[in-house]
Amino acid sequence: MTTEPRKPPPQFIFRLKRALGGKSGWTGLAVQIVFAAVLAWVAYEIVANARANLETQRIASGFGFLKNTAGFDVSLNLVPYSGSDTYTRVFLVGLLNTLLVAVIGIIFATIIGFIIALCRLSPNWLLARIGEIYVELVRNLPLLFQLLFWYLAVLAALPGPRQSISLFNTAFLSNRGLVIPRPIGEAGLDPFLIAIAIGIVGALALRSYARRALFQRGQAIRIWPTVLGLLFGLPLATMLIFGLPLTFEMPQLKGFNFAGGARVIPELVALLVALSTYTAAFIAEIVRAGILSVHKGQMEAGSSLGLSRGATLRLIVVPQAMRVIVPPLTNQYLNLTKNSSLAVAIGYPDLVSVFAGTTLSQTGQAIEIIAITMGVYLLISLVTSAVMSVYGWRINRSLGAGA
Amino acid sequence: MTDVTASSFVRQDLVPERPAPVKTTGFIGFVRTRLLNSPTNILLTIVALLLLWYTIIPALKFLLVDAVWSGKDRNACLAENTGHQVGACWPYIQAKLTQLIYGFYPEAERWRVNLTFILAVVLLAPLLIPRLPAKGLNASLFFFAFPVVAFFLLRGGGLTGFGVSWVASLSQLFGDSIVNAGQVLVNLSQNSAIGPVLWGIGKLIVLIGSAVGWLIFPLTWLRDQLQMSGQPLWYDFLLTAVIVSLILFFLGGGMRTGQRALLASLVTFAGIAVVIKLMGLDRGGLAVVDTRLWGGLLVTLVVSVTGIVTSMPIGIALALGRRSTIPLIRVFSIAFIEFWRGVPLITVLFFATYMLPLFLPGNFNVDGLVRALIGIALFAGAYQAEVVRGGLAAIPRGQGEAASALGLSWWKTTSLIVMPQALRHVIPGLVNSFIALFKDTSLVSIVALFDLLGSLHATFSDPTWSTPTTAFTGFAFAGMIYFVFCFGMSRYSLFVENRLNAHRRN
Repeated sequence: MTTEPRKPPPQFIFRLKRALGGKSGWTGLAVQIVFAAVLAWVAYEIVANARANLETQRIASGFGFLKNTAGFDVSLNLVPYSGSDTYTRVFLVGLLNTLLVAVIGIIFATIIGFIIALCRLSPNWLLARIGEIYVELVRNLPLLFQLLFWYLAVLAALPGPRQSISLFNTAFLSNRGLVIPRPIGEAGLDPFLIAIAIGIVGALALRSYARRALFQRGQAIRIWPTVLGLLFGLPLATMLIFGLPLTFEMPQLKGFNFAGGARVIPELVALLVALSTYTAAFIAEIVRAGILSVHKGQMEAGSSLGLSRGATLRLIVVPQAMRVIVPPLTNQYLNLTKNSSLAVAIGYPDLVSVFAGTTLSQTGQAIEIIAITMGVYLLISLVTSAVMSVYGWRINRSLGAGA
Repeated sequence: MTDVTASSFVRQDLVPERPAPVKTTGFIGFVRTRLLNSPTNILLTIVALLLLWYTIIPALKFLLVDAVWSGKDRNACLAENTGHQVGACWPYIQAKLTQLIYGFYPEAERWRVNLTFILAVVLLAPLLIPRLPAKGLNASLFFFAFPVVAFFLLRGGGLTGFGVSWVASLSQLFGDSIVNAGQVLVNLSQNSAIGPVLWGIGKLIVLIGSAVGWLIFPLTWLRDQLQMSGQPLWYDFLLTAVIVSLILFFLGGGMRTGQRALLASLVTFAGIAVVIKLMGLDRGGLAVVDTRLWGGLLVTLVVSVTGIVTSMPIGIALALGRRSTIPLIRVFSIAFIEFWRGVPLITVLFFATYMLPLFLPGNFNVDGLVRALIGIALFAGAYQAEVVRGGLAAIPRGQGEAASALGLSWWKTTSLIVMPQALRHVIPGLVNSFIALFKDTSLVSIVALFDLLGSLHATFSDPTWSTPTTAFTGFAFAGMIYFVFCFGMSRYSLFVENRLNAHRRN
């Protein structure tokens, strides 16, 4: 005879308690009610005061101002913009300028950061000390200080366009900014781009096929000649058939300034230099810590398995270092993006400068404009941290599966 | 037994001396092993030397060799007057030194700033040396007493009331605000679908607000009586001292164990009385210096010290809130922390400067410096919270469980067992965020406050000293100040870290 297990008691009260007050029970519920009341009171005060203050200052609240004409010019716009466009357009221009600085800055900061990290890890004593001095010097000075230093001291001390510093007669650096050759698309551009896209997709597909062959059948396929052919040969071939994809318009000194070429405004140059050198110091420390975090035994175990030094680095050391490096590295990328808002100090037209600066002072819509600006940055960082937590979850899963 | 030396397998002649091994110690050995041990390394060493040659030498030349050390105006620092290439223009720093340190703080009152600096050093130095005793007293003096004293020293002004008056005024404001909120709801109920419900809630809220008003009636009456007397501050002070001491005495355990609390409270109030008397706060205090006149290093230090002092409690509260078991508090803490950490400090300062005044009652005129301080405190508090949370997570569960097993309440467990250990764990992290905060204070110059960097920027526009090297000189000087502070803090954090990890050292 089998006895049915007794059903657990329903414990309605307990469940109710848990649902309303969490683990703390009735006390938790009471605290929550008081807290909610306080929050409601604060919210009421804020709304009531804001309404009264706006009324006395005769400011109409709402987002209607976004459709008004801006009436001011922006010194750098990636999308067509003129003074007769609306504030919405201003917002877009500012956002794109912020993203432009962030993307270029991230690329430069990563390159410089890795170089400095390699210097610091170098067996050469002198080079390691130079890397250390760089990191200590840059990390212990405020970013705004460095930004103003580059903008007010270094770039302002550069000679005028006529005596500008020339780099191989193609790029010219002067106190009006950096003038570089402007690329102009030709007839061959479209096929060239398509060929590059095909090359990249093909190389990726080939790589995944080779990995599958290695893991499932133990068959090692040599793919690099084909990949090289896809990535370089194909675009070269299209270039031969369809002609050059790009020609460059060279800057020429005419009178007191340059004609032709593309001009990078000095604000952008200063901002990029300051942001990338500053963030590079932090990235260097992260990379160094990541590489040092891989135990020496891993390298030795790799070579005892008969792997070459390069293969050990590529297959064993770097993946483990990346696990430590990537999360704080993304954090630094995020910091760089947020720090790009310092542009307002030197007048580079980024989001904060043109939207929370000029637009705010023209319209006086402080609440709406600052809320939008904060919202944009918040969105960027929340999306990044969501992506990062997915990454962390995948890394943990793959490591857990291996163990 | 045969003669050993005669055996054929014994060598008769001396082995020739082998050459000495390559020296790997001393300077020569060091150069050989660390700089010139392979062709690549030789190349790298040459590159590094070239790099140093082109950076260190010009920098030294600029700062020392070519520098101009004395002069009255820009003419002293022009190449055509000196006859050689001009480096740093130090007389410019001499002329602007007071502006870079005090801003436009009136010259006659600068002793107050100096006194504040000295007080800060006297209180901070023993706090930083681990061997010295009385850390608790020292910390409470630095974190509670010093900010108040510094406020009255730097800004000036006096007091007209004390605890009783403040509590009475605050609760009156609070009660009025609640009554107003209730009235709004009652008015809303007239044209709303859920009118009766709103009306009921509104009336209830009005009732609560009025109840607050009645409850504090004795307090407000007392305040009015005090204000009418000849010495409002002193009577108020005495009354507050008696009330607070009695409350502490009874909370501390009455006649049984309350004497300690009573004594501590009385000593504290005696200290406060001495400060009030010394600074003459009852007679209007020192002359008021408007914060718009503050500037330079003074503002940088005021902003960073206030940020550090205020962000700590905010950070601890948020960290505890984030680990709380009560859902609403946890969600609120997470949202609060993530919000402030997700936005740049500039937007926070813009928020504090342009948006905050709109959120406060119209008759509340908040000083520009205070606004920036509020923004920085919230921003730094969110970062501090994550550092403190790391420390809390590092404390094993057993600590809290053991405290519960001993019968300690949540508050006692947290304040006596968990938090001290957690904070000790994260001192390096806290110092690192202090460094970040110190560097970030330079951003207040964007919202029209003249901190060290802002003052420096302002001096560049002075035509008396405009020379080609003025900007470089100014940046060199300010950079040295920033570097000394930040580098000092980071070395201190390393020192503490080593001390904390002393048991792990081998």
